[in-house]
Amino acid sequence: MTLKTLLLGAVATSVLAPAAFAERGADGHVNIIYWQAPSIMTPYLSGGTKDIEAASLVLEPLGRYTETGALVPFLATEIPTVENGGVSADLTSITWKLKEGLVWSDGSPVTSADVKFTADYCMHPEGGCAQLAKFTGVDSIDTPDDLTVVVNFSTPMPNPYGPFMGGQSPILQKAQFEQCLGANASSCTEANFYPIGTGPFVVDEFKPNDVISLSANPNFRDPAKPAFATATLKGGGDAESAARAVLQTGEFDYAWNLQLAPDVLASMSEGGTGTPVSAFGTLVERIEMNLTDPSPDLPEGERSTIAHPHPILSDFKVRKALSMAIDRALLTEIGYGQAGRPTCNLVPAPALYASDNEECLTQDLEGAKALLEEAGWTDTNGDGVREKDGMKLSLLYQTSTNAVRQDFQALIKDWWNQIGVETELRNVDSSVFFGGDPGSPDTFQKFYADVEMYANNFDGTDPQSYLSMYRCGNEPKPSSQWQGENINRFCDPEYDALLDELAQTGELSKRGEIAKKLNDMITKETMTIVPLVDRGRVSAHSNSLGGVILNTWDSELWNAADWYRIQ
Amino acid sequence: MTEPSPAPIEALKDKGPAAPPRSKWRDVWDQFRKHKGAMMGAFFLLLITFGVLVGPWLWTLDPQKLDIRAKDMRPIYTAIWDSTAKVGWNHPLGSDQLGRDNLAQLIAGGRASMAVGWAAMLLSLIIGTGVGVMAGFFKKLDGPLMRLTDLFLSLPILPLLLVAVTLFRQPLRANFGPEGGMFILIVTVVGITSWMPTARIVRGDILAIKEREFVLAARSIGTRPFQIIKRHLLPNVLSPIMVSATLGLATAIITESALSFLGVGFPSDFPTWGKMLADAVARMEDFPERVMLPGIAISLTVLGVNYLGDGLRDALDPRIRGR
Amino acid sequence: MLTYATRRLVLSIPTLLFISFVIFMLLQLAPGDPMAQVPLTVPPEVKEKMRQALGLGEPPLVQYWKWLVQTFWIEPKIFIDWLTRDSFLLGWLPDTALYQGELRVISWQTRSPVMDIVLQRIPQTLWVVGMSYIVGVLIALPIGIYSAYRQYSLFDQAGTFITMVGFSIPPFFTGPLLIVVFSVYLGWFPSIYDTTHVVNDWESFKYQLQQMIMPVMVLALQTTAQLSRYMRASMLDNLNQDYVRTARAKGLSEAIVVMVHVLRNSMIPVVTVIALGVPAIFGGAIITENVFKVNGIGQLLITALFANDLPMVMTLTFIFAFLIVLFNLIADVLYGLLDPRIRYD
Repeated sequence: MTLKTLLLGAVATSVLAPAAFAERGADGHVNIIYWQAPSIMTPYLSGGTKDIEAASLVLEPLGRYTETGALVPFLATEIPTVENGGVSADLTSITWKLKEGLVWSDGSPVTSADVKFTADYCMHPEGGCAQLAKFTGVDSIDTPDDLTVVVNFSTPMPNPYGPFMGGQSPILQKAQFEQCLGANASSCTEANFYPIGTGPFVVDEFKPNDVISLSANPNFRDPAKPAFATATLKGGGDAESAARAVLQTGEFDYAWNLQLAPDVLASMSEGGTGTPVSAFGTLVERIEMNLTDPSPDLPEGERSTIAHPHPILSDFKVRKALSMAIDRALLTEIGYGQAGRPTCNLVPAPALYASDNEECLTQDLEGAKALLEEAGWTDTNGDGVREKDGMKLSLLYQTSTNAVRQDFQALIKDWWNQIGVETELRNVDSSVFFGGDPGSPDTFQKFYADVEMYANNFDGTDPQSYLSMYRCGNEPKPSSQWQGENINRFCDPEYDALLDELAQTGELSKRGEIAKKLNDMITKETMTIVPLVDRGRVSAHSNSLGGVILNTWDSELWNAADWYRIQ
Repeated sequence: MTEPSPAPIEALKDKGPAAPPRSKWRDVWDQFRKHKGAMMGAFFLLLITFGVLVGPWLWTLDPQKLDIRAKDMRPIYTAIWDSTAKVGWNHPLGSDQLGRDNLAQLIAGGRASMAVGWAAMLLSLIIGTGVGVMAGFFKKLDGPLMRLTDLFLSLPILPLLLVAVTLFRQPLRANFGPEGGMFILIVTVVGITSWMPTARIVRGDILAIKEREFVLAARSIGTRPFQIIKRHLLPNVLSPIMVSATLGLATAIITESALSFLGVGFPSDFPTWGKMLADAVARMEDFPERVMLPGIAISLTVLGVNYLGDGLRDALDPRIRGR
Repeated sequence: MLTYATRRLVLSIPTLLFISFVIFMLLQLAPGDPMAQVPLTVPPEVKEKMRQALGLGEPPLVQYWKWLVQTFWIEPKIFIDWLTRDSFLLGWLPDTALYQGELRVISWQTRSPVMDIVLQRIPQTLWVVGMSYIVGVLIALPIGIYSAYRQYSLFDQAGTFITMVGFSIPPFFTGPLLIVVFSVYLGWFPSIYDTTHVVNDWESFKYQLQQMIMPVMVLALQTTAQLSRYMRASMLDNLNQDYVRTARAKGLSEAIVVMVHVLRNSMIPVVTVIALGVPAIFGGAIITENVFKVNGIGQLLITALFANDLPMVMTLTFIFAFLIVLFNLIADVLYGLLDPRIRYD
């Protein structure tokens, strides 16, 4: 039911496409800047957002997500659903129909064999495909004719839109990549840098980690698009100088992901050559509570493992008090401005899955103090820090290095000090923090700190796998080389049972209900995760660039074919 | 044998000691005092050092205290040309985007930056000079020591820092506290990654100087190698060492701020001049004072050390002294 | 001197091998993960498979051996092939075709040969960093010499002030400052360097100059400050020596006394600093390249470091180490030429 309305929405937006131009290549050149430089043009070999987005100018999937999270067909004629018969009633297979007359940029026809090949390429055991998770549960792929692809799953899939949907899994040309399966993927430099695609542009020159020169695809399916004859995608630098190039000097037309403090962005946009745009997805900045003891006094291999519960944070009241002391509205105002919304939820969107939990939005320092007193933490020696049984209420608070996060740390430390919690701050270089090196003490998985802050989101619109991260046993631990997604070491059999139920449920409204319940369990009921800000994406485009629709559910460049120059 | 010595020539006769013999250090001080630049440099250095040491008692605001209502205040002098500016005597130099007082941060940051700068500079100078002198003077040590220098020059700094953090942060934090441990780590890291140019320069000079006649003379009267180094070589390589010291101080203060990005530096709310400067770059159009204040502080310190070094070098050089 | 140079050259081979081994072990020891930049939405099992596909599972010594073979055996073969096939110099020789499609040093980020990317980056690094170094040296030497000759003159004082302030203000501040002044307010120069720009006529050359001028200025300031201080100090040491008085007493012209006698004797520290600086050109200028998006070797190294692209980091640092060893050797030989009293044997 809901999906149908989403689809209707998609149709409506595609009708709204601007009609300001009529001829391919009439608008000259467009300059795009990404402050992280793309390294490769095949999203399957690099999971990096920058690479996925750069590739989306050239490679296309069967369907994409729109800016509202609705599904819209690209290479397919329509999005298969149970209602239109595209998805089997038992949810174990999905049938895609390719549009007729589609050709690659080299002029050869797009067939179902290419689609099947794409799956084989990614599912090759030695390939190290970054998007393998998209193909979870795929049993086999049939191609009854040149335009039909049937994906069979081994178990019922309530969300069958993993393979070939969204910027992460576009279709590769079989002829070009045939020799690049498995371990050979690395020797296919030519194919990896100059993929033949169906998208609006083709690569003329690829300088890895520097710049990509593109020109309009002569065989693009819409003869009037793209409006630009050539495009440059420059990479490198930092968000600040990228913003400056669009908003102040006007050298560039589009700048991606401008993570800047709102006052900086606001003063730059007075430059008058461009406009910042923002949109929201599922990215939530949160504080994660460590439920296990990270004390350095414990022997290596037992720190931050479930063998030792956390001496302070195991108490719900303490976690609750820490959350109550935070003024999320102020954090948002200082750190993100128009690109942030205070939230109490782990799953902030889509509406179907977002809980209406809002109780954390008001700061309550007195309540927090009372709660700590109640939990037995009192300031007996008058030094401003609470104690209990000779132990100080002192926490180590770590995060990755990033100007906004350091401001957040300072603010939250201040509030926590006010309720009698001593806080030590630490920031770690993000390439170490988010890396999974089991030898480093500073990774977010290892969690050798009491609380840590970062942001996470989920691909597409279905939160099932996202919520499944907090399953018992999925925690990082020495035996798993510290790999695992249950960062808090949360474990609740009731939660796991509910997860199993979610995996069995196909009906959307029912799924939403369960997801909301799971979200509440891990946030407001236990305060294991303390969400802070629902982070949107801010990008900027020049005032002369039209047709930009910022999309957080798919690649930002998803509709580059519709971009045009405002005369 | 016991020939009476010829009568001294009248003109050359000493007329008795006019003044008691002056000690060398007094001469040095007299010469130093004449050097205006050096005196100015010393004055500014003392002023800054005194300011950062005593400042926290005179200006008692906590540099880490947030006051979000008073954020983004301008310095008091802004009111002269802009009557609408948000100024106040409670924050004479303004406040940052979280309402932390700029003056208090400048004082606290100066403490950290001066301490790190001096300690790291001295460490790198000692290692560099030591290695350079050894390599230049002792032929046997030249090869190994210079290859070691090549090795250190080639090591990529970032991985080196990350290894240092992984191995040493926890033990240092446990023994010296989060800030003390970090201080030791930063000083060591900056010190051992910046001694190589000094070593190469000192060695080059020593190679040339040790072949001079006066060293040969010293050697021929049986002066021990370490005496030769101390008496004859070190004073002659003083000027490049002084230059290294000045440049090294500036580099150390700036490098410290780069380290905190990697999580090697002080905790993120602990102000230092370098970090204040780095944080303020994004807002330099709207709040130029936030880059100017730490920038001027660093520049003044470095200039002070530079002029001080100039004066010291002149004062220690007997050829210039007394001219 | 010749035997010394030969001995040093031969010795530099084991030195470089040892350095490469130390760098490799350091990189192994450093925490980091090539998967750090992969979004958190990619599950850990998939990341583990990606690591294995990169060959991370193998023991470090095996990885080191592979790198050695690829760098010292396979890459030279490709170079020789290129020489005999495409180069102007040796193109008349028959194509040697030594390279048979063996695995080259492959970057983990881009899955393409590291050497190709390095070659692609060298032009902009030489244009910008190399040029700034030449500019810096050309400004620094006269400033240093004249400041020393007229010690405590107005010129000397002004020079000292500007160079010291310039040196104590880091490029992460001067870069954006220049951009704000010259790109945003005045609009004279582009703030983003166009690496695809081709110089083929006067107009394009002018554009190239415009886009180079800001990064070159920022970098040259640092070089000038450093070099002119060493030059000045060293000149001051020599200007009061007895031989200078002798030379003047002989009736030599002031120009000859200063520019020949004193300068030659003052060059040792300056030669050292210049020789240390030349490899640094190839090391690139990380901050400045980033601010102006020049995307040369410095930017390549820093992105590789943050992405933990070990083959790329290893190769770049090794090239760097090679240049350091080479230029320090050149400096040592130059000492002997500048001051014949220096003997190594």
